[in-house]
Amino acid sequence: MIAIVDYGVGNLFSLKSSLAAIGAETVVTADPAVLRSADKILLPGVGAFGDAAQKLRSTKLDSLLRELAASGKPLMGICLGMQLLFEKSYEYGEHQGLGLIPGAVRPIADVIAKELKIPHIGWNALHIQKENPLLRYVREGDCVYFVHSYYAADCADAVIATAEYGAELTAAVSKGNVYGCQFHPEKSGDVGLAILRAFAEL
Amino acid sequence: MITKRIIPCLDVRDGRVVKGVNFGGLRDVSSPVELAKFYSNNGADELVFYDITASSDGRKLFTDILCETAANVFIPLTVGGGINAVADFDRVLKCGADKVSVNSGAIRNPDLIYEAAKLYGDQCVVLSVDIKRVDGVFRVFAKGGRENTGMEAIEWIRRCADNGAGEIVVNSIDTDGVKGGFDLPMLQAVCDAVSVPVIASGGAGGIQDFITLFQTLPKVDAGLAASIFHFGEVKIPDLKAEMARANIPTRI
Repeated sequence: MIAIVDYGVGNLFSLKSSLAAIGAETVVTADPAVLRSADKILLPGVGAFGDAAQKLRSTKLDSLLRELAASGKPLMGICLGMQLLFEKSYEYGEHQGLGLIPGAVRPIADVIAKELKIPHIGWNALHIQKENPLLRYVREGDCVYFVHSYYAADCADAVIATAEYGAELTAAVSKGNVYGCQFHPEKSGDVGLAILRAFAEL
Repeated sequence: MITKRIIPCLDVRDGRVVKGVNFGGLRDVSSPVELAKFYSNNGADELVFYDITASSDGRKLFTDILCETAANVFIPLTVGGGINAVADFDRVLKCGADKVSVNSGAIRNPDLIYEAAKLYGDQCVVLSVDIKRVDGVFRVFAKGGRENTGMEAIEWIRRCADNGAGEIVVNSIDTDGVKGGFDLPMLQAVCDAVSVPVIASGGAGGIQDFITLFQTLPKVDAGLAASIFHFGEVKIPDLKAEMARANIPTRI
């Protein structure tokens, strides 16, 4: 059973449907008991980092997620959910994240040419940086769907894939049992479904 | 590098896909869910659903069809048609849409784009514009291309982009249904005016029209078409292979 953390951020319809499509059982929940009994945890998220981090804190899901990560359960963040895994973000101020992976979330605008559009939105190719079970079905150059204006920086040890958009932007990360995708696997066609399958099989 | 997107557009009325030629003479084509699955499995980068239903019964039918599609198709979905208020954004986003396209709704209520962008983010708000030359000036048309609003199109697009429209669909009424190629001068004018992604619509007749589009106007992000895809005149895998051969960034 994969638990999708429900903390009032974003629409979980597509994520749930995509997991159903690969035959994975899911539950959308904020219940600590259900999260503890799940085999794996998915942390979704869209919107602003500060709001989302605040929601995790006010619901005490932040400490629970740290506990679950420490227990060795596979945990994956998607999009903003991935950014929340890091220590902090500089999106409209400075905000604390979960601190499960060393690094900080910074504006893409800091590292790319002005002519490039922000957000980084659309299909872009994955460049695999490190072998990882999450990417076992992914081939170098496979395209996935991105929508983001901030990226994970100072996290070279954890980066397993990047995407080129004026700079090599962090696309996927892994540290032990904690994983993250900046892109949306639930909107990335067969490649995205294969990444979700790899997560389900961990 | 971001790839150029190929987007089939499905006009949906009472739960079925139809396609207008110059916005008239609608023809029933296929089931939206089946067509969406087919396109998703055959290289489409995104799908646009336009709800051209007038009745509330039809609207409910559309929402059901959208939910069923989103549960089976895992590429970005854009929904347009009948989007007149923030509540309409909410209605289709809950069914799994990723972006919402506004046209006449924004003409009637110019604050709609700003309000929706504030709530859901710019990336979620697409401005769709039907444009026709009238005495040499690009004019915005409303009501499915039937009514000249008198507004100058480039100024309108610039204003909507400033208000938070994250993407612009430029539909040339002059080239729509003619299959003689995209309206390059019109698209050029839009690309010069805004920095958000621009999607070309109206006029594609064959593979070469897409190649010409992306080679002539590298700032155009996507090409949208309907009947040439629905009737198999252009097969998306063939189109994308040709694009890749022409060194246009393409998702294969």
